[in-house]
Amino acid sequence: MTGPTPGGEPSHPKPANGDMSRRSFLRASAAFATGVAAVAAGLAPLRKLGDYCSVDEFLQKHYKELTPDEMARVLARIEREVERQYGIRPHVRDYKPMNGVEFVYALNLTRCVGCRRCVHACVAENNQSRDPEIQYIRVLKMPNGTLDLEKGDHNYAPAAVPEKGFFYMPVQCHHCKNPPCVKVCPVKATWQEPDGITVIDYNWCIGCRYCEAACPYWARRFNFAQPSIPREEINPNMSYLGNRPRYRGVMEKCHFCIQRTRAGRYPACLEVCPTGSRKFGNILDPDSEVSFILQNKRVFVLKEDLLTLPRFFYYFDI
Amino acid sequence: MIRGTKNYLVFLWRCGRIAFVGNWLYYAWMGLLTMVCLAGLNAYARQFTGGLVTTGMSDQVSWGVYIANFTFIVGVAAAAVMVVVPVYIYRNKDLHDLVIFGELLAVAAIIMCLAFVTVDLGRPERFWHLIPGLGKFNFPRSMLSWDVIVLNIYLLLNVHICGYILYCRYRGRMPAKWFYIPFVFVGIVWAVSIHTVTAFLFVGLGGRHFWNDAIIGPRFIASAFAAGPSIIILALQVIRRFSTYAIPDRALLVLRSIVQIAMLVNLFLLANELFNEFYTENLSVASARYLFFGLHGHHALVPWIWTALTLDVAATALFVLPLSRSVQWLDVACLCAIIGIWIEKGMGLVIPGFVPTPLGEMVEYRPTMNETLICLGIWALGFLCYTIFLRMSIPILQGTLSKANEGAV
Repeated sequence: MTGPTPGGEPSHPKPANGDMSRRSFLRASAAFATGVAAVAAGLAPLRKLGDYCSVDEFLQKHYKELTPDEMARVLARIEREVERQYGIRPHVRDYKPMNGVEFVYALNLTRCVGCRRCVHACVAENNQSRDPEIQYIRVLKMPNGTLDLEKGDHNYAPAAVPEKGFFYMPVQCHHCKNPPCVKVCPVKATWQEPDGITVIDYNWCIGCRYCEAACPYWARRFNFAQPSIPREEINPNMSYLGNRPRYRGVMEKCHFCIQRTRAGRYPACLEVCPTGSRKFGNILDPDSEVSFILQNKRVFVLKEDLLTLPRFFYYFDI
Repeated sequence: MIRGTKNYLVFLWRCGRIAFVGNWLYYAWMGLLTMVCLAGLNAYARQFTGGLVTTGMSDQVSWGVYIANFTFIVGVAAAAVMVVVPVYIYRNKDLHDLVIFGELLAVAAIIMCLAFVTVDLGRPERFWHLIPGLGKFNFPRSMLSWDVIVLNIYLLLNVHICGYILYCRYRGRMPAKWFYIPFVFVGIVWAVSIHTVTAFLFVGLGGRHFWNDAIIGPRFIASAFAAGPSIIILALQVIRRFSTYAIPDRALLVLRSIVQIAMLVNLFLLANELFNEFYTENLSVASARYLFFGLHGHHALVPWIWTALTLDVAATALFVLPLSRSVQWLDVACLCAIIGIWIEKGMGLVIPGFVPTPLGEMVEYRPTMNETLICLGIWALGFLCYTIFLRMSIPILQGTLSKANEGAV
């Protein structure tokens, strides 16, 4: 890309030195000013950015490296952030795992009628964005006689469920014991807690979506836009690793309602289920309902060949 | 020490200044690239403000043209090694002086790679979480952390080698062998590693049958060693047309024979992959079926992949025939190879991996205008960088920009 003259140097006749420097200075300044103006014009859309990220938020450490004091300050800051954005003062806590507890989920495919109440209870409990709509649970309408997911219908909308000849299979995060999503995260923003819940630090995720590509159950959701929730629909009982409102550009997913289950309650999807298809409990407790199901029912996991070892089991009654 | 620093700063200053000097054609070209860059910057500002919703990506297809271009360009960066190996291992004389153009291409390509990864991030300001020591780096478990390391080290290796050799030429000194030869040889291994690790990003995902296949790595390397040297051939053509730097046809023909072999190997590996997918015909063939024939009424990629295959076959035929010993036909062959491979291992590799989703849902992907503008901006940035690198290095190699004439120009 050099000029046509030998060596590529420009061959303008040289004017006197002082004149040259003044002219070239003016020319350089003009070029520089034009450049700055052009870049500024290019960046103009950033004026609509609003308060994108505070300094404290930017500098915040990884969840596991926060001291209790720092955590308290972070929680207070998040409460302020939520109040500023949604106009409601939430209570954000950092629920810790209980000793001797490992959660598993069991879902009865014989009973599930595909009403999707779990999907919407989950959205309400966990402050998912309503616009754009984010849902953690996807219910598949499967024709009897197959488990080939490609034959499933994701968008079924009949006048009434269940329909004859089909069964319904809700899928959400399986909280695998060998989670591919945790393995691939380049910054350890997602990990498995001692009670078996795979969580995400929404303040640490860089939004590369590698975990979303890695998950064999399509359980992860990305905030492609700024989430929005009507003020009156906010659930103010929030947890850091769970249902506090998410940021744009980060990953989220089912966390077994960490703010409920770590306080001894059932997940919202279980409570709302009208057929009792959903069972949840501590697998380390031999007397728990889930222990009984795993020992006595015909239980299977999705995509067992991948050896992800889900903590989410499906079973049939008959 | 101070004197040395001053010398070096004068060198940098003169290199920087010459990037702004040229004939009208140079200004027109640079002006055009700058405009496209700015349009890309503007589009990125819009994406940063609105979120990745401005792209065509979704939870179903969560990577798109950014990662597709990234994948292709890592291959271009790696292919610089195809100029290095003949010179440093086989002592090829024709390519000797051209090595630096290959390495500079690698530098420009890595800059593009880093840009493509950055624009793909949902929270780019949190990039510091990736810095080892400062953030929380998931090394060695995450393949993405490997990729961050190998790409940045490859960038440093090439910047060091090019920078050192050019500075020595500028000073009129012989470069000290110990100060660059070891890096050249590390660079050879490293080039293969960057593309292998990039392949492993995909191969390592057990839940995605389309990618979870041992042949992806070798195919990446084969296609990179075809597309990369093709780009270098075209770059050399441009250099000898628009500058006084003489490049013999022989040099281009050495590169031609490299691309020849690489294209044949690439097609052979592709045939292996197609056989594996379509002869056995189990459920994991869904993505490949979507790509080549369409699935459940969705066909978005079908015309693209057949175009790519046609171009691949045409390029291979041209490279193999004696016809491409003539420089015009060589250009055509290179262009076919570049476009064919860009489609086939960019969109043709990334998108079908997501279709259907792991839950069997069919959602197609189509890049938006904003997303496309960002891609064009990054391509323009790459061309801009490479042009500037050439603008600096050619006069240095020709001796018209040197310490000797410091006061003169």
